[in-house]
Amino acid sequence: MKAAIAVRNLTKIYSEGPVSVKALSNVNLDVQGGEVTLLMGPSGSGKTTLISIMGCILRPTSGSVCIRGRLVSDCGEKELPRVRLDHIGFIFQGFNLFSTLTAGENVELTLDLKNIRGQAAKRRAEELLTQVGLNEKYHTFPADLSGGQKQRVAIARALAGEPDVILADEPTAALDSTSGRAVIEMLRTLAREQGRAVVIVTHDIRILPFADRLVHIEDGAIKEDTATLHEITRLQPSPPLGERVSREAGRVRGGGPPGCFRSSIAAQPLVFRQSLFQPGRCHEERLDPDLACSNRSFQRPSLDEPQPWGRVRESCD
Amino acid sequence: MPPLAQRNLFHDKVRLAVTLTGIIFAVVLIIVQIGLFIGFTATTSGIIDHAGADIWVGSKRVPYLEQATPFSERKLYQVLAIPGVAEAQKYIVRFSDWQRGDGRHEGILIVGFDLALRYGGPWNVVAGRMMDLKQPDAVMIDTLYAAKLGVARPGQTFEIQGRRARVVGFTEGIRAFTTTPYVFTTFKNALGYTQLREDQTLYILVKAKPGAGLQALKRRIAERVPGVDVFTAAEFSHLTRSYWMFSTGAGIAVLLAAVLGLVVGIVVVAQTIYATTVDHLREYGTLKAIGAPNSFVYRVILKQALISACIGYVAGMIVSLFVVHGSQKGGASILLPWPLGVGMFGLTLLMCIIAAVVSINKATRLDPAMVFKE
Repeated sequence: MKAAIAVRNLTKIYSEGPVSVKALSNVNLDVQGGEVTLLMGPSGSGKTTLISIMGCILRPTSGSVCIRGRLVSDCGEKELPRVRLDHIGFIFQGFNLFSTLTAGENVELTLDLKNIRGQAAKRRAEELLTQVGLNEKYHTFPADLSGGQKQRVAIARALAGEPDVILADEPTAALDSTSGRAVIEMLRTLAREQGRAVVIVTHDIRILPFADRLVHIEDGAIKEDTATLHEITRLQPSPPLGERVSREAGRVRGGGPPGCFRSSIAAQPLVFRQSLFQPGRCHEERLDPDLACSNRSFQRPSLDEPQPWGRVRESCD
Repeated sequence: MPPLAQRNLFHDKVRLAVTLTGIIFAVVLIIVQIGLFIGFTATTSGIIDHAGADIWVGSKRVPYLEQATPFSERKLYQVLAIPGVAEAQKYIVRFSDWQRGDGRHEGILIVGFDLALRYGGPWNVVAGRMMDLKQPDAVMIDTLYAAKLGVARPGQTFEIQGRRARVVGFTEGIRAFTTTPYVFTTFKNALGYTQLREDQTLYILVKAKPGAGLQALKRRIAERVPGVDVFTAAEFSHLTRSYWMFSTGAGIAVLLAAVLGLVVGIVVVAQTIYATTVDHLREYGTLKAIGAPNSFVYRVILKQALISACIGYVAGMIVSLFVVHGSQKGGASILLPWPLGVGMFGLTLLMCIIAAVVSINKATRLDPAMVFKE
């Protein structure tokens, strides 16, 4: 099966006068439909450049981008807007809704670009807003919506183009935990039920349980490309995970510290290294506070049941 | 298409007000200046245009209406003998001096015509009758200049070049470009008021016979009457207008003010549309990121400019009509013929489109990757 989006040998060099900065170096990545992929990495690692190239709004210096098998990185400037409109849906950290248009009109705008107008556009916009749970908000302006509602309108707008790929840039960064969870669940549902590929650039490790795959980028290159907790536990429940817990814990504490934070460490080794342990300090950040009280035994959080969505910090020194 | 342009435009009411003020200012300034130009132009040649003559015969190298040199009345008979001439009359337009009742002097322009021929005389007579001019020393003036000349009512007497003059009627709306009032009288009286000899005239006004080609008749007169310049009425009107409007620089000044209005309008509108565009730059970037072609962005910005133009034009025209109406009772006539109104609409649209170009340029050069930058 063809990948929803595939990048091959992608290199991007930003040049300004004599100064050149290599933002991406020989990146290869296939994202399948129905899959939620997280792009994580430190600031300046090349995540945004990668998502911009995948979204056909930035051209690579070399390499190729294929969407559903079609080579799009060679498309002319006039073709690219159409490629974006037909294949890509964007979700932004700051929502980027049109402040002077109502929620429904924001969705209609994308439909208009696809030549769906009048009553047909109105009906479709209503359907999409219903899909994201905002059917009552058609005539509401963005200023009167909460952050979570705005992001759901942005999702509805992204869906209006019937995209193969949804690219989300820090979609939960501006949201509280409840809204963030709702948005991420929605994106996961879109991937699962509609077969769309969802790529999320994020620093928010709360998203991890909802992702199928974690791609860690550093210095413009993919350092690790792993299945996440959800995917690992789904495929190979206990032994491999236990091994990883021990290995990762050992690297950190030199012998396996107590505390069930290991579970999150095991599930997200890259995040652990990158975000939680800074030189000279050691603390943990877990997805699920319940894991900290599970008697040192790992319990996979159930993704099908409501879970606490909170961030717990705890010193381990 | 969702009303993005309209909403962006009406969202910031203060900025919209500034935009509309700029457009209204430009429309009114341009209308007033061009209307003044048209009014001045019509005024300079008003006597020629209303005289009813087909051909004007004047002294050699006469530069404009008010600057003719006297010539012998014998040329009138030479003209009358030319085939194609239906009738002709001697005619005087010359500066003179009016002495008011209080002793003050005012410059005037005497217009002397042959009352028997019923053309070349005053129009828009609102008090008295044309035939009242038959009376000895009878003159008619315009109500616009009655106060200037110290005339309160018909029947009052004054002096022109030391000769008695009695006001027997008033006209309305006959302006003089130089603000020197026209005083209509018979040719015979005019001779005395302008100190010409009885055998002299300043012009010969010719009526052509029906079917006689004006250019052909003009050529025949020029060939057979020596020492004169011959013009069709349209040519002489154009000559006089050109002199006053362009040789004196008066018209240039008025037109420059109109151009200035246009420039100010463009700058004000461009600034406000640009500011609106910059405010919504991120939205335009988003539009481009989600797949809108540049033409879509053009349309949104242009639509804003054109809506502003339409509203500004209507409001500007309403203000202009008040100004034009008010000018009718003043010394300077502002004319607003319908072609000017239509042309002004086109000019307003053009002005707003030019003003939008900078914004369009800004928006279309926008890198859609900006949407990923917080």
